[in-house]
Amino acid sequence: MISRRDFLQVSMAASALVGASGFGNWSRLAAQQALTQDQLLDFDTFGNVSLIHVTDIHAQLKPIYFREPSINIGVGGNKGAVPHVTGADFRKLYGIEENSPSHYALSAGDFSALGQAYGKVGGLDRMATVINAIRAARPDALLLDGGDTWHGSYTCYHTEGQDMVNVMNALKPDAMTFHWEFTLGSERVREIVGDLPFAALGANIFDAEWDEPSEDFAPYQFFERGGVKIAVIGQAFPYMPIANPGWMFPEYSFGIRTERMQQVVDEVKAMGAELVVLLSHNGFDVDKKMAGLVSGIDVILTGHTHDALPEPVLVGETILIASGSNGKFVSRVDLDVRDGRMMGFRHKLIPIFSDVIEPDKEVAALIDEQRAPYEADMSEVIGQTDSLLYRRGNFNGTWDDLICDALISEREADIAMSPGVRWGPSLLPGDDITREDIWNATSMTYGKAYRSEMTGEFIRTIMEDVADNIFNPDPYYQQGGDMVRMGGLGYRIDITKPQGERISELTLLKTGEKLDPAKNYVVAGWASVNEATEGPQIWDVVEDHIRKQGTITLQPNTSVQVIGA
Amino acid sequence: MNLTRRDALALGLGATAAAFLPWRATAAAEDEMATFTGGAEAGSGDITLTAPEIAENGNTVPVSVNAPGAVAIAVFATGNPTPGVATFNFGPLAGSQSASTRIRLAGTQDVVAIAKLADGSFIKAASTVKVTIGGCGG
Repeated sequence: MISRRDFLQVSMAASALVGASGFGNWSRLAAQQALTQDQLLDFDTFGNVSLIHVTDIHAQLKPIYFREPSINIGVGGNKGAVPHVTGADFRKLYGIEENSPSHYALSAGDFSALGQAYGKVGGLDRMATVINAIRAARPDALLLDGGDTWHGSYTCYHTEGQDMVNVMNALKPDAMTFHWEFTLGSERVREIVGDLPFAALGANIFDAEWDEPSEDFAPYQFFERGGVKIAVIGQAFPYMPIANPGWMFPEYSFGIRTERMQQVVDEVKAMGAELVVLLSHNGFDVDKKMAGLVSGIDVILTGHTHDALPEPVLVGETILIASGSNGKFVSRVDLDVRDGRMMGFRHKLIPIFSDVIEPDKEVAALIDEQRAPYEADMSEVIGQTDSLLYRRGNFNGTWDDLICDALISEREADIAMSPGVRWGPSLLPGDDITREDIWNATSMTYGKAYRSEMTGEFIRTIMEDVADNIFNPDPYYQQGGDMVRMGGLGYRIDITKPQGERISELTLLKTGEKLDPAKNYVVAGWASVNEATEGPQIWDVVEDHIRKQGTITLQPNTSVQVIGA
Repeated sequence: MNLTRRDALALGLGATAAAFLPWRATAAAEDEMATFTGGAEAGSGDITLTAPEIAENGNTVPVSVNAPGAVAIAVFATGNPTPGVATFNFGPLAGSQSASTRIRLAGTQDVVAIAKLADGSFIKAASTVKVTIGGCGG
């Protein structure tokens, strides 16, 4: 926890910046005094092209708290490389002052206290204000959405993505690519895409039967901006039918398809593209590898792995931009494109401090309109939390500890499994837990909580399989999520080992006994990719559990021992 | 990779590790590849094997291979019980020396394509295809 002295330093920083006293009224005001909207938006317009990047919003229309990970381990060539640098190391790397607004927005550490001081982040109405301000400086700026937009909230689930479509349309994007959108089912996706007033891109979206590029999604779209011919190529999440239920979109095949990407880049270059932008949902390390293999891409707007980086990463002559998640950031990239090539760039990752940035009135009204029919249901208070609830991190987060507790007690299981997804906002100690909060952490179209028997050996096989999706040293074999969260089970993981040898010391926590490979255990989990999974919806399971508990207090989770980090 | 006796022992000791270790070239695969090349060593060259890094469905994995100037191309799933997948022969009138097919993979393994060139030499390309039970998306 942050000490009182730290709080004062926050206030001091505030007064130093605006020359006013911040003492005695630091809460929220600190953020407002330390920062102004003008400061957040300050940018010397540069060159002749501006790109605005938003990604992985996960249907967060309203401001939220979102704690960045404290554990995000890089493997192979990416060990110790961004975005696999967290906490104090991250702040040191980028010269970010302790307890500063950037500390709060970009890194973990003292999150509960800083959250109190700086307030919530995000909100599409605030993002609209930022986007409009950029457009005021550069009217023909391109707004590009990296996907994971039509998923992740109570209203998004009940409207099958229509709330997000309506609000995003008001922001007027120029192009978009996809991931969780497909979990609405391919029919619904085609229905929405058919009416979208902007380009729906995915060079790697193929027809599964013919193994040819799908006719439902264009590989790229040309734009002429600032006298520059720009090609924006889309790359959807490559491992959709593996990481998500393929039976929901059986007509499509995905994959990384490096050769295909090179062909498409060559094609747009041959058509006269002076600037090639890849709007990608590959995940950061996959994009980094692809940037080294495919020549001719100037800018990769990365998504999927939810990383927020205050500076671009350079691979050869390609710049990679990582714009965070859950509506927390908007990236602005200004480019100088002359004589058919990118000569320079200027970049700013703009944190959306919701108490500092004025909401756009029209978009705020539109958001309220989407929420109105559901407001009463969503706002019902189910319980309170004494603990910080968050999800991000390679191994566990308190939200998943809570979900696993709910699965074990409500479903009478020995062991619980919760998927290592990276979405889901945080709640601060003392916050109410509303139904909306529960849905923000669990909402999906395949959320049924199964209960089944598995042998100790099979449980270990699952864990080895998932671990390899994260810690395979070759990024092309990674799927971009975090480790499956285990409830009621302790284990050791050596991330440097190959698949099949990483997981050991599996211990059933309730008895302290080692897991018997041959014995059957009752396992409860959710988000199975298998069709016809049976059980109650996970949000109902969690709601029942929280209601019984009243106030949630979680002990620090020490059940995972990590080696080789 | 050749499994030495020591490796085999380690496998045995690693309890049930074999069930999900990546399956590398079996002796059967080594034999079949040697039969195709007549025992000659296959070098590297102008041969492109395209396969997914992770199979969307291990029962039907699309692979394609392209080797300009080849008279024959053989494809092997080196971890399958029956490693030989197909041999494509190209006559002098063939417009291109490329082929596509779908194969069934028993588990994570290397897929190998070997091309026989007009001068009787061999070149090869390999690609690891992971077959996974799936999991969690970000």
